Amino acid sequence: MKTPPLAIQVSGLQKSYGKLEVLKGVDFSVASGSIFALLGSNGAGKTTVVRILSTLLKPDGGTATVNGFDAVAKPERVRESISLTGQFAAVDEILTGRENLIMVAKLRLVPNPGTVADDLLARFGLSDAGGRRVATYSGGMRRRLDIAMSLIGDPPVIFLDEPTTGLDPEARLEVWHEIQSLAGKGTTILLTTQYLEEAEKLADRIAILHQGIIIVSGTLAELRQLLPPAKAELVERQPTLEEIFLAIVGNKEGARR
Amino acid sequence: MSAHVISNTGVMLGRSIRHVTRSMDTIITVTIMPIAFMLLFRYVFGGAIQTGTDNYTNYLMPGILLIAIASGISYTGFRLFNDMQSGIFERFHSMPIARSSVLWGHVLTSVVSNAISVVVIIAVGLVMGFRTSAGILDWLAVAAILAMFTLSLTWVAMIAGLAASSTDGATAFSYPLIFLPFISSAFVPTETMPGPVKAFAENQPVTSIVNALRALFEQQPVGNDIWIALGWCAGILIVAYAFAMRVYHRKVA
Repeated sequence: MKTPPLAIQVSGLQKSYGKLEVLKGVDFSVASGSIFALLGSNGAGKTTVVRILSTLLKPDGGTATVNGFDAVAKPERVRESISLTGQFAAVDEILTGRENLIMVAKLRLVPNPGTVADDLLARFGLSDAGGRRVATYSGGMRRRLDIAMSLIGDPPVIFLDEPTTGLDPEARLEVWHEIQSLAGKGTTILLTTQYLEEAEKLADRIAILHQGIIIVSGTLAELRQLLPPAKAELVERQPTLEEIFLAIVGNKEGARR
Repeated sequence: MSAHVISNTGVMLGRSIRHVTRSMDTIITVTIMPIAFMLLFRYVFGGAIQTGTDNYTNYLMPGILLIAIASGISYTGFRLFNDMQSGIFERFHSMPIARSSVLWGHVLTSVVSNAISVVVIIAVGLVMGFRTSAGILDWLAVAAILAMFTLSLTWVAMIAGLAASSTDGATAFSYPLIFLPFISSAFVPTETMPGPVKAFAENQPVTSIVNALRALFEQQPVGNDIWIALGWCAGILIVAYAFAMRVYHRKVA
């Protein structure tokens, strides 16, 4: 039909909590295989959009379509098409990392849950920690496990709700790297973030959600054109604190343990 | 589809049972209090209590088991509340699984973990002199009544776990339930109680359940008590289930 096919289509989405209007008619669409960043400050309604798209919440008005299925009319089909990684890593602390992965694989009826779990542990640098209870994991390890759990069953669409909030710079880079490699394999990713840098780095298209509507949306280049053209100035570039931190702390292997 | 329900529920049960076996402190808390009551009533109050039987351990065993279950289900509410808080509840609900398995995993875990504490308490009771002439069929009837009691209170716990806004709220509902056996025929005959208390004691669910269990253990005729007991359990189960579903559908789209 149309090219490129749309993995997510949202139009006129409305949602209120009591008198508080959170979404006042949100419109956007996401092409298959792309990374789409939904940007907004705290309380802008990003999580509400994700919850509606992942069938956890019913909208008051408008439509939301994921992988061709309406989120309200065909929630089961939508759930077959997606994975959700929430803002607060939803992992089972009492189980080990490996048990968490096996649990999700069994629930999704994936063959050979043990092999799937071991592969993912290796891919996310958690092989050594796989047999330990998640309660002993660092924030970065939890988030990596959380994302690994989302990949089981190869869903075509993945929602990442603030995937790097609360992570240290190294862990954040690892998560970014994983998101990029996923999109490279054709997975559609909708990520919400309050870090402008994160959207700039990862997203093919960016939409800014503000006071219940999408105020701008487009590629980074399109968004840049909204401002007057950049002037060339000679400025001595100082390293950012993040660059200094990463240079000193250096070894990535240490963080991967 | 129904194969999914069974498979999904099995995975949820396995997960939740691990939560029970990996927190030994909850098992100890659940069994230690009823055992302490059993010791207290047998060796401290028991000598002064006239029940018309020569084995007071036999007399108090049914009430002790009900206290154990009433305190055990508070952990069911606690585990469900933790799932709601941690976000794993939402993760499960965004997955292509039978959504009912999320709650039923907790319900079945509650039945299994309470069955374990019942067995432990009966074993301690045997050491303290509990004796029964009950046959296989009597034991099956005892198991059925206790399972129904557990199931009905578990659904009460599910309401608390779903609706609570704090850990205290998710567990505190069980305190009055633990108290109920004391105002029943569980420890003393109801005949000795003053009028209004006696009326309450004789017409609340615990008395009929205790009397039915006692009759089965002693191989006495159970009379109407067993049907009144099962009727109470079924009634509580239906009402609690309906309420729990209402709360559930308010929380989940």
